[in-house]
Amino acid sequence: MTKKQSKLEASNLDAFYGDFQALKNINIAMEEKAVTAFIGPSGCGKSTFLRTLNRMNDYIDGFRIQGQIQLDGRDIYAADVRVDELRKEVGMVFQKPNPFPKTIYENVVYGLKIQGIKDKKLLQETCEKSLQQAALWNEVKDKLDKSALALSGGQQQRLCIARALAIQPSVILMDEPASALDPISTAKIEDLIHELKKDYTIVIVTHNMQQAGRVSDHTAFFYMGELVEHAKTKTMFTSPKDTRTQNYITGRFG
Amino acid sequence: MRVQEKIIEGLLWLSAAITVLVTASIIWVLLSESVQFFSEVSIVRFLTEKEWTPLFAEKKFGIMPLVAGTFLTTAIAIAVALPIGLTIAIYLNEYAHARFKTFIKPLLEVLATIPTVVYGFFALTVVTPFLQSFIPGLAGFNALSAGIVMGVMIIPMISSLSEDAISAVPRSLREAAYGMGSTRLQTAFGVMVPAASSGILVSVILAISRAVGETMIVAIAAGQQPRLTLNPLVPIETITTYIVQVSMGDVPHGSLEYRTIFAAGMTLFVFTFLLNNLSFWIKKKYQEKYD
Repeated sequence: MTKKQSKLEASNLDAFYGDFQALKNINIAMEEKAVTAFIGPSGCGKSTFLRTLNRMNDYIDGFRIQGQIQLDGRDIYAADVRVDELRKEVGMVFQKPNPFPKTIYENVVYGLKIQGIKDKKLLQETCEKSLQQAALWNEVKDKLDKSALALSGGQQQRLCIARALAIQPSVILMDEPASALDPISTAKIEDLIHELKKDYTIVIVTHNMQQAGRVSDHTAFFYMGELVEHAKTKTMFTSPKDTRTQNYITGRFG
Repeated sequence: MRVQEKIIEGLLWLSAAITVLVTASIIWVLLSESVQFFSEVSIVRFLTEKEWTPLFAEKKFGIMPLVAGTFLTTAIAIAVALPIGLTIAIYLNEYAHARFKTFIKPLLEVLATIPTVVYGFFALTVVTPFLQSFIPGLAGFNALSAGIVMGVMIIPMISSLSEDAISAVPRSLREAAYGMGSTRLQTAFGVMVPAASSGILVSVILAISRAVGETMIVAIAAGQQPRLTLNPLVPIETITTYIVQVSMGDVPHGSLEYRTIFAAGMTLFVFTFLLNNLSFWIKKKYQEKYD
């Protein structure tokens, strides 16, 4: 991977919750318009790292970082960066589907409305386009004015993806997006990730190694707050360099 | 062992039964005395006459002036307490540090523990003179300062219950809003407050119910002149104040004048009963809707 293609890059990154060091000297570059998967046992720091990429940890008392994270070569923790602007560029999909208790339509256009966009036609067009991108349009086009909470878990998660797409980010962070879903819904989300990587840079945290193998181009293995290994997914799964990686992907621990 | 259990169970049942019994007897007294009152004064007269002068030679029995006084002070109190209480709730939830929150919340609740008689004198001797300095037509006794001070008193009710309601909204919704690029303000008003709206509504209804029943502040600072008006600058009388006035006066026991307080009390009871049931119904209907 050459440096030019990297979209997101962390250098010498340490992160702390109070006195506890959750991330130790992370150096990684994530390629543009590709899928990077973070794997590792619980508590290894992969989710913490994902959430530093859109500064989602900012509101946690006692959380702080040292080092740098750059998006398109720009330090996202610089003093002049507005977090709300950053998060429009770096969207996020969470572990548990979390639609707002509003209608399907209101959920998708929420991000546009808070930016002050009132043009009805634009909102409707974006709504349709985003739902189509998230492969949900056909299932919900007749009930856009119904509550999003009436959808199934898998549909809710695709709605959350549509909602994230509506504001046209360039990066989408996914924190175990399929862990709360059944196998069929999981397969749909994975197909979707395949489609989306044509236009978006995707970073996904997963507990499921088969999933990492299926959806990602690159895989990073985290262990005890360290980035142990980062390589092309195929290479990582066939010939891991580090014995800890090897033990983890062969299921010897974790 | 089994006998002991039976005794304990019996005691528990008894304490529950006593509560129900006391409530039932209060309702019974209210009802029976009001029935006697309404056998002499028709309900139509009670509800439509525009004056309330049961203690005068020329007696009029229209409850509306007292209802208007109650409504006026309550409305002023809510107009003060709702914006301030909700702002505090949002601030504590979205902006304040956890440590500051644990320090400030009990402090706020101290407001609710100040005796109402102190609030009453505060309204009469501090707030009214202060307001008079820039509202020239303000009477010495008036609904405005009583309502404002009552509002201050019920701020903690609204802020505390609303804060509970907002912090009960799942964290995932807040994260969803932040993840979409919402500012804190947009998150608070666009997502958290709507999601907590049923809880906030319940807090407001309970606060209204408290304000409707509040006695001491209005008795001291709002005057005791039943008046069918919505002008906050003049003396008025609320239902509760009237009851105090008659109970402490020298009205002969068992007379028609005496029974007016039960009719007034019944009216008050109907109001608070409806409000409490409304809040109960809202709580039940919308509970855990956003799970």
